Amino acid sequence: MSGSDQGKGSDVLDAQDRARFEQLVLPHLDAAFNLARWLLRSRADSEDVAQEAMLRAYRFFRGFHGGDARAWLLQIVRNTCYTWLEKNRPVELMTEFDEELHPQPSTSPEALAIAGDNRERLTRALETLPPRFREVLVLRELEGCSYKEIASITAIPIGTVMSALARARQRLQRALTHASPQEASREL
Amino acid sequence: MSCDFTRTVLHGYLDGELDASRAAEFERHLESCRECATALGAEESLRSSLHGASLYERAPVSLRKKIRADLDAATSSSVALRIPAWRWLAVAATVLIVATVSWFAWPRVQNSAASAPFTATEIIDAHVRSLQPGHLTDVASTDQHTVKPWFNGKLAFVPPVKDFADEGFPLVGGRLDVLGGQNVAALVYSRRKHLINVFVLPTKEPDTPIHPPGARQGYQWVHWRHQGMEFCAISDASASDLHELAQLIYQ
Repeated sequence: MSGSDQGKGSDVLDAQDRARFEQLVLPHLDAAFNLARWLLRSRADSEDVAQEAMLRAYRFFRGFHGGDARAWLLQIVRNTCYTWLEKNRPVELMTEFDEELHPQPSTSPEALAIAGDNRERLTRALETLPPRFREVLVLRELEGCSYKEIASITAIPIGTVMSALARARQRLQRALTHASPQEASREL
Repeated sequence: MSCDFTRTVLHGYLDGELDASRAAEFERHLESCRECATALGAEESLRSSLHGASLYERAPVSLRKKIRADLDAATSSSVALRIPAWRWLAVAATVLIVATVSWFAWPRVQNSAASAPFTATEIIDAHVRSLQPGHLTDVASTDQHTVKPWFNGKLAFVPPVKDFADEGFPLVGGRLDVLGGQNVAALVYSRRKHLINVFVLPTKEPDTPIHPPGARQGYQWVHWRHQGMEFCAISDASASDLHELAQLIYQ
């Protein structure tokens, strides 16, 4: 595995560390994989990156002093994903987070409900969002993270989580509306 | 969208992240702002679409296996984990024999002749068990006047409970535990990042001084009897820290 030479030599982990890691961190493997999958938009790449992140987490495990193990792990997963993206798909990271939004006609609940029945359509809409919008939505809506957890995982100030989510949701609604012009226009 | 709330507070409300007064304020606003009411409906609908679409993707079993192999490789002296599957039975049998033998052969805790009513293994097990998530305290409080009365009616004795935050050993809480088949009080203190369990149970044996510390598997413990109570403090903190706490309790 490509990450096997990273972070070596910091600590030698023993069976006791292993048991603690299995108990505290490993149960969050699904969360790790899910975040990687949505950030990288590929299951195959996510397997590699989640594996690398998990090993990295294990190497740094002595530095984990209790608290929220899921948030701690997801922070590592996210960083590993971004490093991977920078190396393999740098263009994707160039979208500005604070991009000014154009005023949007509000989408009707009915139009969204129709769109929402379609897993494929939601997946595509989510995947068109820049990674920094996508990740707050995935953490909040799929992982059920609190604002505090989102702030610690994504390293954005807690005071801006709410507006980041607001913008991300607006972007998602717009992506859905664009994906289904007939349904959206029916209401306008 | 023109209403400021639509862009911000509405989302805190939707996510249940507003404090009570801000939530109430937003609800009042909602009654008069059509834009927010519509937007809230749209967001709720978007959320239920997201939740209903099974978008969460779980880790495949193959990944789990690869990670376990990585962890094995990165763990020192994980010999047992690399033993071929057919040998597990033999290993299990050996473990059972060793465990049975040591159950009878392991010296009772402490270094003096007067024996404690529990073994080192039992104390270490109880300590390790307490560190599992959610097991540390039944009553979590730094206030000795909360922790002490909590034991009332739960035990046939009243353990002495004192907070030593000023001396560097803040009280974390208390819980009931079982040691050597007896109900005991467990008081939890912290020392920097270490947790210390102090087990307390009544005894008819005479007082002893604080015995020199015992050590095993990276844990230290000290044992003493004082005024009809038997005490055993255990932690991965240093022996001198443990001794210091023992002296504070002893006084």
